[in-house]
Amino acid sequence: MSFCFNDANVAKIEALKKRYPSAQALSLPCLWMVQYQEGYISLDAIDVIAEVTDTPAMEIYRVATFYTMFHLEPTTQKRVLVCKTLSCKLCGSDAVLEQLKKHDVLVEHVECLGSCGTAPVMQIDDVNYENLTPTKVDAIVEGLR
Amino acid sequence: MREVAIVSRKFAVENSHTLSVAQAHGAYKTLEKLHTLAPLEIIEIIKESGLRGKGGGGAPAGAKWALMPQESERPSFVVINCDESEPGTFKDRQIITKDPHLLIEGILITCYAVKAKHAYVYIRGEYAQYQDVLQGAVDEAYVAGILGEVDVTLHRGAGAYICGEKSALLESLEGKRGHPRLKPKQPEPEWYFGNPTLVNNVETIASVPFIMEHGAAAYRAYGTEKSPGTLLFAMSGHVEKPGVYEAEFGVSMMDYINHYGGGMKNGKKLKAVIPGGASTGVMTAAEADNVQLDYESLRSMGLSLGTGGMIVMDEDTCMVSVLKNLLEFYHEESCGQCTPCREGTGWVDKLVGKILDKRGSSEDIDKLLEVAETMNGKTICVFAPAVSAVIVSFLSRFRDEFEAAL
Ligand SMILES: Cc1cc2nc3c(=O)[nH]c(=O)nc-3n(C[C@H](O)[C@H](O)[C@H](O)COP(=O)(O)O)c2cc1C
Ligand code: SF4
Ligand code: FES
Repeated sequence: MSFCFNDANVAKIEALKKRYPSAQALSLPCLWMVQYQEGYISLDAIDVIAEVTDTPAMEIYRVATFYTMFHLEPTTQKRVLVCKTLSCKLCGSDAVLEQLKKHDVLVEHVECLGSCGTAPVMQIDDVNYENLTPTKVDAIVEGLR
Repeated sequence: MREVAIVSRKFAVENSHTLSVAQAHGAYKTLEKLHTLAPLEIIEIIKESGLRGKGGGGAPAGAKWALMPQESERPSFVVINCDESEPGTFKDRQIITKDPHLLIEGILITCYAVKAKHAYVYIRGEYAQYQDVLQGAVDEAYVAGILGEVDVTLHRGAGAYICGEKSALLESLEGKRGHPRLKPKQPEPEWYFGNPTLVNNVETIASVPFIMEHGAAAYRAYGTEKSPGTLLFAMSGHVEKPGVYEAEFGVSMMDYINHYGGGMKNGKKLKAVIPGGASTGVMTAAEADNVQLDYESLRSMGLSLGTGGMIVMDEDTCMVSVLKNLLEFYHEESCGQCTPCREGTGWVDKLVGKILDKRGSSEDIDKLLEVAETMNGKTICVFAPAVSAVIVSFLSRFRDEFEAAL
């Protein structure tokens, strides 16, 4: 299956090229565009990004695998990022993790999400859910469907 | 405690992220004055103000600005560090959502002073929802003609703590892995694709408009001689009212925690505080009772002020599991370039895990300190030395708990 940026993304890429001294700087923005467009980053997409950024495909692959938020495999489950770092741990992230086991979601343990003052926290589709309790977790996850 | 709001002045104003409300409350007022001054005069004012970098290191901002060339064949750039990944830190997020125009105003002053025409704001990938607010403000500023001569581009990271380190951030902004660079021997600017570049934290730049409007002395009226001004200190963990509250440097830590944090959660006793983000070490309750919140006071205890994000722990907290939690973080986030760091963070995590599971021996404590020693001073960036100092701070203060777990 080959990959193509959609028209909106093609336009975005053209606009972004003017904002950086070198096309290589577009590797992260392009990886994000692919992920939002397709749900994950395929090897075909990496070849296309390599062309756009005038960078060897291997280098784009190295970049894609360095950053934890890029996914190189598709999934049908909803991804739920749960912070397991100290402030969340002190404020009950273990109970959040326990509760999530009861749901059909893909739980990813992540490091501090910058919501330490409203811990514990999880992130779904780029939105933080803060001050969680097991009851709140149920309501939020059930509301996803 | 003396109330002060330099960076947080508009935080309580409803819709202050929109241009009209921000302008009604004084945003962009300094831009007229800006052009009556020469760039070097502005750098002089920043130097006089004593403004220090608020991303964790506390380096004098004016001296760093002065490293940027005033004459250059290559374009100069300004890069704003909004990677904010240090555990316990959630202040820059307040600025970009509650008063993004303050940051943009600061960026315009900074760009004028260091003769840059383009600024990038590097935002951690997990802050997409907050990035949208800042992008909205940037868009409004373009429409109003406030931006245009100077460009501001937001650049999203993708989950890597190390990209907060300034040279790793620039590598990432160049489209590469976020690997820190070797430090030059003499002071010089940073380089973005070989172009001279200034990197500052969001809060540092958001402090600049106040200094422009009221002068260096007005800024120095707050804080201490060596740590002038204010910081968006923060609290999380076992306090009644966690959050971000601006205060001047030099206030007593316990006054801050009691005044803004409403004291300990559920009336428990304090056991320990991590003063300014995970990498700043740990102190006992007795030490917390006597410490002031400024760079020098923390330094004199062998700790650091960091970002001012305090993590507060009560009497029921197990210090072995706290250290284990932090070491998991470091093991996960080491960029992997240097062997002492890549391997060391794994070893220390395993050793503390063994002690936590009650499978440890006193030799494991010695080994833990030994490995920590090998991580200090032998790496490209200060990530590994910071991990080493964290371990030492726990063992020098709570060794009995580690021994009791054997
Ligand atoms: C491991 C590591 C992580 C860092 N993370 C951040 C960060 O998230 N945000 C930040 O502003 N500075 C961070 N810094 C500090 C930056 O390297 C740099 O000193 C700072 O952005 C400079 O701006 P300032 O002088 O205005 O503080 C980090 C440093 C290290 C060593
Ligand atoms: S000390 Fe650690 S984080 Fe820093 S460059 Fe070396 S391996 Fe990377
Ligand atoms: S520790 Fe969980 S958000 Fe910071």
